[in-house]
Amino acid sequence: MSVFFLLIIVLGFGALGFVLGRSRALASADGNIRNLHSLPNYYGFNVALSTIIPALGLLAILSLVLPILIDNRVSTFIPADSISEDTTRSLVMSDVRRVADGLDTAVAAGAMTEDEAQTVSTETTDVRERLGAVGVALGSNVEPFVLRAAQSYRAQAAAAQLWTTFLIIGVAIGGFAISFLRTNREFRARNVVENGVLVLLMAAASIAILTTLGIVFSMVFETRNFFQDYHWTDFFFGTTWSPNFRGDSDLGIIPLLWGTLYISFIALLVAVPIGLFAAIYLSEYATHKFRSFAKPAIEILAGIPTIVYGLFALITVGPFLRDYFAQPSGLGESASSVMTAGLVMGIMLIPFVSSLSDDIINAVPQSMRDGSLGIGATHSETIRQVVLPAALPGIVGAVLLAASRAIGETMIVVLGAGAAARLDLNPFEAMTTVTVKIVSQLTGDTDFASPETLVAFALGLTLFVITLGLNVFALYIVRKYREQYE
Amino acid sequence: MDDLRIVERDVDAKETKISAKNVQVYYGDNHAIKDVNVEIADKTVTAFIGPSGCGKSTFLRCINRMNDTIDVCRVEGDIAIDGEDIYDRKVDPVQLRAKVGMVFQKPNPFPKSIYDNIAYGPRIHGLAKNKADLDNIVEQSLRRGAIWDEVKDRLHEPGTGLSGGQQQRLCIARAVATEPEVLLMDEPCSALDPIATAQVEELIDELRQNYSVVIVTHSMQQAARVSQKTAFFHLGYLVEYGETGTIFTNPEDPRTESYITGRIG
Ligand SMILES: Nc1ncnc2c1ncn2[C@@H]1O[C@H](COP(=O)(O)OP(=O)(O)OP(=O)(O)O)[C@@H](O)[C@H]1O
Ligand SMILES: [Mg+2]
Repeated sequence: MSVFFLLIIVLGFGALGFVLGRSRALASADGNIRNLHSLPNYYGFNVALSTIIPALGLLAILSLVLPILIDNRVSTFIPADSISEDTTRSLVMSDVRRVADGLDTAVAAGAMTEDEAQTVSTETTDVRERLGAVGVALGSNVEPFVLRAAQSYRAQAAAAQLWTTFLIIGVAIGGFAISFLRTNREFRARNVVENGVLVLLMAAASIAILTTLGIVFSMVFETRNFFQDYHWTDFFFGTTWSPNFRGDSDLGIIPLLWGTLYISFIALLVAVPIGLFAAIYLSEYATHKFRSFAKPAIEILAGIPTIVYGLFALITVGPFLRDYFAQPSGLGESASSVMTAGLVMGIMLIPFVSSLSDDIINAVPQSMRDGSLGIGATHSETIRQVVLPAALPGIVGAVLLAASRAIGETMIVVLGAGAAARLDLNPFEAMTTVTVKIVSQLTGDTDFASPETLVAFALGLTLFVITLGLNVFALYIVRKYREQYE
Repeated sequence: MDDLRIVERDVDAKETKISAKNVQVYYGDNHAIKDVNVEIADKTVTAFIGPSGCGKSTFLRCINRMNDTIDVCRVEGDIAIDGEDIYDRKVDPVQLRAKVGMVFQKPNPFPKSIYDNIAYGPRIHGLAKNKADLDNIVEQSLRRGAIWDEVKDRLHEPGTGLSGGQQQRLCIARAVATEPEVLLMDEPCSALDPIATAQVEELIDELRQNYSVVIVTHSMQQAARVSQKTAFFHLGYLVEYGETGTIFTNPEDPRTESYITGRIG
């Protein structure tokens, strides 16, 4: 039975459990709700959750574990000498899976009987041709051991599916039975459901945390591979970036980091004052009518895809800056420049800063403003000395969020600042950032064993550490001022 | 109200500080203050009493134009301080509020240190010549707010970390620090214990030497203790206004009598 049907069945059991559990509880209280410990729905939920949650949990575990088990078993069919220089075990395993899928298709199309699929051998049949006839194209003739492995794979997958079905339905019925029998008017269904909800929420939180950890670990792992081929001092302190796919590249991160920070700095220089002043105007001075129109209008800026900003940088801002600033002042000839990318990125970030700051400024209680105005402070004195300090933690948060966005931005940089790594102070020169280089190292024909490719992971990890550091710093600032201001 | 000791009062000789004529206040369509006429004397404590929602705070906020900050609020009529119309175009509400201080119904210390809370007004108005002068103003104000002893060792801790009653006294100290000519107090003692209340009442009595004080209170005893004049508000009308002794012992209007004897409220 497919996972989908299994799910429907389990959910069906759950729904049934809800109805039955509820009515059993009511019956045990002679139909009087006041005799029950909890409201009748809680008994229903208790049975439903006891039916669904263990079954679905087990289903999730089995669908993760079983394929690994099967792969391990099947790979014993692959003789060690068939793994040569240019193939790996996982490549052979994907061949096996393809053949097994092909056999499945053939059986489903009626071109083979189930028996035949499990007994055909390469000596008597041309498997490649038979499968080709039902539209499964294989790259080469099927090796005998691959076919045998594929057949074993199919058999085991079928067995696994059968067992999964039994187990899941068994667990669902078990959970149903236990919780149903426990249902009577003394039973504290409300508390049990409370715990169930807690477990559900904790599961969601741990999934979020575990995936993050998983991503970090895989990056750390690949980064370690990279540092085995390339010395870390050359990476962190190298001032030239010139990858060369024939080997012998210079992979110094400094020019990329410099480009990233330079562009982000200019972007924040644009976004923070404009965004913050816009937020102050909107929340403190603007009339209600203007605000209800202007705030969504600014927020639309945040919805524009960054590639559109990139086009704007490439076609409008870049040439404009070159023709009116860079060339007349003799600072540069190129349309793509740090300035272009920084300005456009700054415009992109304005709504982040303004929208968040506006909410935060609005959250400062009116009584604080009254207090200050009542002493005879002007409106702007009140904002500067009372409202902004009170809102500071949130504003810092907004700015750092914008900074993280700036550091991670790619599209605007490619189109606005180019892809040339350079270490220069002149803002009218083309430069590039870490993210752009991650993309360019991973696109095209890549070989995941060379330092030129693996460096992408080291770059990614560095970026991750920087944004993490930024967030920790933000947290520190917020805490520090919280103590003082709340 | 036999338990009220009404002290001897001398109010006749004082000249008028605030005079309101035909004041109307609207919150949108809600007519909150109706036709109020009142003359508040200088160097006097005037109490506003009346049931909840009758417009005491609203009228108080007219006197320092705090109602300007509420979009829906509209004030009509004339209010003059020292004969000068405060709703005149020439009058700068910011200057006015420096002259007419206010203590709000709910304590609202700034999220700053205790010291900075008090120093806020003097700094804005340039009242201190130097640091020592400012220190002195802060200490004097905190003493007058009856809170100096409790906070003198923690002047640089946040004002928001104080208890509710301490916060209210901090706000009183903050209001006196700018040396206003008129002090408007909206239920300043509602969060205070009897000892702090007594201290604040002492402060009010002391302020009377130089300033005009208007205090909103729900406590008849307090009104009787600290004020020389009392105004009774009901449903937006100023029902009765007169010497505190007369209002409490011999009210003219039946509504006033019902209120102070606890029958309406
Ligand atoms: N900001 C406001 N917006 C709209 N209506 C208001 C506002 N403030 C007060 N009102 C209305 O004005 C009327 C008078 O309110 P006010 O706060 O002056 O009463 P109060 O006498 O101070 O009452 P309390 O003793 O409970 O403080 C009430 O009907 C109230 O609903
Ligand atoms: Mg009030």
